[in-house]
Amino acid sequence: MRNLKLFAAGLALLAALAPVQAADFSGKTIEFVVPFPTAGGSDVWARFFAPFVAEALPGKPTVVVKNVPGGGSITGTNQFVQRARPDGLSILGTSGSTQLPYLLDDARVRYELKDLVPVLVSPTGGVVYVNPSLGAKDARDIGKMRGKKMKYGSQGPTSLDLVPVLAFEIMGLDVDPVFGLARGPARLAFERGESLIDYQTSSAYLRNVVPLIKAGKAVPLFSWGVLNAQGEFVRDPTFPDLPHFAEAYEIAYGKKPSGTAYEAFKAFVVAGFAAQKPIFLPKGTPKDIVDAYVQALDKVVKTPAFKEKSGKELGDYEQAVGPAAQAAMKVALTIDPAAKAWVKDWLARRFEVKFEKK
Amino acid sequence: MLDVVGAALLNVLSGTHLLYMLVGVGVGLLVGILPGLGGIAGMSILLPFVYGMDTISALALLIGLLAVVPTGDTFTSILMGIPGSAASQATILDGFPMAKRGEAARALSAAFFSSMVGGIFGALVLTGFILVARPVILAFSSAELFMLTVLGLGMVGVLSGSSFVKGLLSCALGLLMGLAGAAPATGEWRLALGLEYVVDGLPLVVVALGIFAIPEIIDLLRRNTAIAEVAALGRGWLQGIRDTLREWGIVLRCSGIGCLIGAMPGLGGSVADWMAYGHAVQIAKDKSRFGRGDVRGVLAPESANNAVAGGALIPTLLFGIPGSGSTAIFLGGLVLLGIQPGIMLVETQLDLVYTIIWTLAIANIVGAGLCFGVSPFVARLTTLPYTYVAPFMLMIIFFAAYQATTDWGDILALIAIGVLGLYMRRFGWPRPPLIIGFVLADGAENYLYQAIQFQGWSWLWRPGVLIIAAITIASMWAGARYGRTPIDEGGASGRVRDTRSQFVFALFMVAVFAYAVVDLLRWSFLAKAFPLGIALIALAGAVLVAAVILRGPSTSLMVFDTEADTAPGTASLARYLLWLAGLLGASGLFGFVIGLALFFAAFLHFEARSPLARNGLLTASAVAFLAAMSYTFVLDFPRGLLQQVVEMPWPLR
Repeated sequence: MRNLKLFAAGLALLAALAPVQAADFSGKTIEFVVPFPTAGGSDVWARFFAPFVAEALPGKPTVVVKNVPGGGSITGTNQFVQRARPDGLSILGTSGSTQLPYLLDDARVRYELKDLVPVLVSPTGGVVYVNPSLGAKDARDIGKMRGKKMKYGSQGPTSLDLVPVLAFEIMGLDVDPVFGLARGPARLAFERGESLIDYQTSSAYLRNVVPLIKAGKAVPLFSWGVLNAQGEFVRDPTFPDLPHFAEAYEIAYGKKPSGTAYEAFKAFVVAGFAAQKPIFLPKGTPKDIVDAYVQALDKVVKTPAFKEKSGKELGDYEQAVGPAAQAAMKVALTIDPAAKAWVKDWLARRFEVKFEKK
Repeated sequence: MLDVVGAALLNVLSGTHLLYMLVGVGVGLLVGILPGLGGIAGMSILLPFVYGMDTISALALLIGLLAVVPTGDTFTSILMGIPGSAASQATILDGFPMAKRGEAARALSAAFFSSMVGGIFGALVLTGFILVARPVILAFSSAELFMLTVLGLGMVGVLSGSSFVKGLLSCALGLLMGLAGAAPATGEWRLALGLEYVVDGLPLVVVALGIFAIPEIIDLLRRNTAIAEVAALGRGWLQGIRDTLREWGIVLRCSGIGCLIGAMPGLGGSVADWMAYGHAVQIAKDKSRFGRGDVRGVLAPESANNAVAGGALIPTLLFGIPGSGSTAIFLGGLVLLGIQPGIMLVETQLDLVYTIIWTLAIANIVGAGLCFGVSPFVARLTTLPYTYVAPFMLMIIFFAAYQATTDWGDILALIAIGVLGLYMRRFGWPRPPLIIGFVLADGAENYLYQAIQFQGWSWLWRPGVLIIAAITIASMWAGARYGRTPIDEGGASGRVRDTRSQFVFALFMVAVFAYAVVDLLRWSFLAKAFPLGIALIALAGAVLVAAVILRGPSTSLMVFDTEADTAPGTASLARYLLWLAGLLGASGLFGFVIGLALFFAAFLHFEARSPLARNGLLTASAVAFLAAMSYTFVLDFPRGLLQQVVEMPWPLR
């Protein structure tokens, strides 16, 4: 027993001494866990970052992307939280699709995102556009669109596509979502004229919708907007000519949006877009390792090669690193209980969504 | 345009490009041959290397692979009776009987040659249509896509073998399995048996391997011989090519079918081989040899599955929406390379598009040539005693299944579905309809709902819908016209005196459909309407089958049991089910790698009576294979209790 105590004391001493050593990853392999299948948006994002991160970390380790798909990212995130050790050799890249079920208390979620340590957050945006046959030329005509029945292709009521449906509801538009369409097929349905209103995230919008707009087949209305340092919505730097949602509302109705529904929209738009893709370290990662990552990522986002390529890959967004990332995730993961209850009730009312008990 | 085409050809023929294409072709053939691994797995292996490569070389690598997976997977389908990848499932029906009969060489050469023709056909279609395909693809609204799934389901008629009712029930079971999991409209977990694993839907690779591979392996083990009943591979290499040229009509039409299915985003290429096979049976005047080794049953799916790639690249490049599973990953590769797929790509970077097309065509030729070259060696596998082959097959199948979602559920589902397949085979419940139902389930439900929600009931009168409806009716009529096909299991007569065991199985089917009805009733309308309709009809059908069997031995084809005329000396089914259970148990305790090593050693010792040294060597090479796979795929294997308690070193963890 005495020996055991001594042993424990020795261990504690070792643990206390350890952080003095600066983190070094020479010869190590770091697993960048992505809870999505190969080649999806998050996978491409992670693979884009991986070589830069490898180059910038002390000791230049190898970084491999490991896909653990399933449950719309819930499976892989559960597994990471359960298995990853806080030694800096396992990192996690999630997305809005991971944060949304967390916020909605999905029964399958067994991760506490607030416990993980965010070291970087990649924001993205989205743009809502409509079919020209509705007669709208820009946000000023939103009022004219009231009362017109519109179809909208959506992935599902509790997916990230919840945000636009909520936005349409607040705008007072009569939009009927048709479920079961991923973003790509939803755009195709728009091009076929089956749906009249649609949105795409920034990169897909630039790639596939801008040509439609040039051809006169689509009219952009507004972007989601991004949060500034004061936590207020401002125009999306990738789309400086487009009003953001709240601005568009004001243009259309002459007053700022307010109320519980709008509070809920804000919370989900941040979780889904403004703080869409965070890189997390496991719970309880020692400070020296966190610092090593923050410094490395800070270096990454400042290298010219990264800046040059990232504009095309990730859109013109400021990558939040270190404290900025923590601040952004804090906003993204905090939701007013009243707003949350409102959204759940709204989903149950409008789409008969039944929430499994935790 | 012609100068662009020529410049692209020069690009393709430059040294480094060809070299990378060869690497892609090599990997493609390899993942094709390994059962269950296909284009998706191959693309995932290559993708990490793409980042930072120059564009032309990277395209060569990826397209090289994309082109030849459905050429290489033919080996496994024809020689082993196990789908080499999802693309060659239908090839088994006639290819495997040909191999057993000693006509492996003819079947393989017909397959490779028609694969090549299909691949080049796909590349030609891509060339001709890429600039004008946009309105064509946009003309297929949700309504037309739904009708295409109906056309596919119509194939069940000719694929049901001797009992049409059992075929329909099998298809219904496939549909319900395909619909299990979160409902697309509401996210409700219908038909999920309360299991989280099912919420995402069952993976195709797990279902296909379970339903075809496990029963085949166990059947071959029980007969305890080599696969080929005739020791020689047969000559027939030229015969296969002659077959292809003689049946050029089938080959070209099936290539067209492959292209069309590939080009429809959301249908998924994996149903193309079944559609082509069904088509070949429907139009054949003499159907008597289908399912027993008719070369047309090899030509049809093989020309179609290679043509899929050309078709699938059309929406991938034009709209940035993949037409098949592997083009989905190809799309990710393009984005990593900084290429933005979409109409802009086709309008501004036509040279890249033609580079892709040329690579596709050349890789198909090279791939087929390589397959011809290596087939004498690969084909020797069929002459080995099966007790040596089986553990390797089981290992690869388990590995491939586990690739699907890297969850213990993959393994358990594989075995559960394998046992289901085993009894379906035994009692004459045709399995191809199950796969067709499974593959088309999602599309059928989604597109039906979308058609109704987007267009109301007016979708029924769209010209496209009417045309596809007419084709469906005509093809089903053609299928019924020239009499039934004998596609059944192993040519057994299945006449039986003792009907008790198959009655139990029929009751099991009744129970399954009854469960489906009960489960579905509690969900909201949008989640239950489509599957409930199927389940109710199926329940009635299953009750009918059970009633017919209960009446006792009869001439009805619903009464069927292959065990009735099993050769004496055949080992019991239970014995091999116990081996499977043993593998499961050992993996559950010690994790997959150690569990598999134990299984290997024990199986080779007791079943193959392998000398100790050889046993050790084979077991070690199996573990080495798993380690290599774990490394390449960045993958941990299923963990056991041991790993929960003790931190194990790689690759045992």
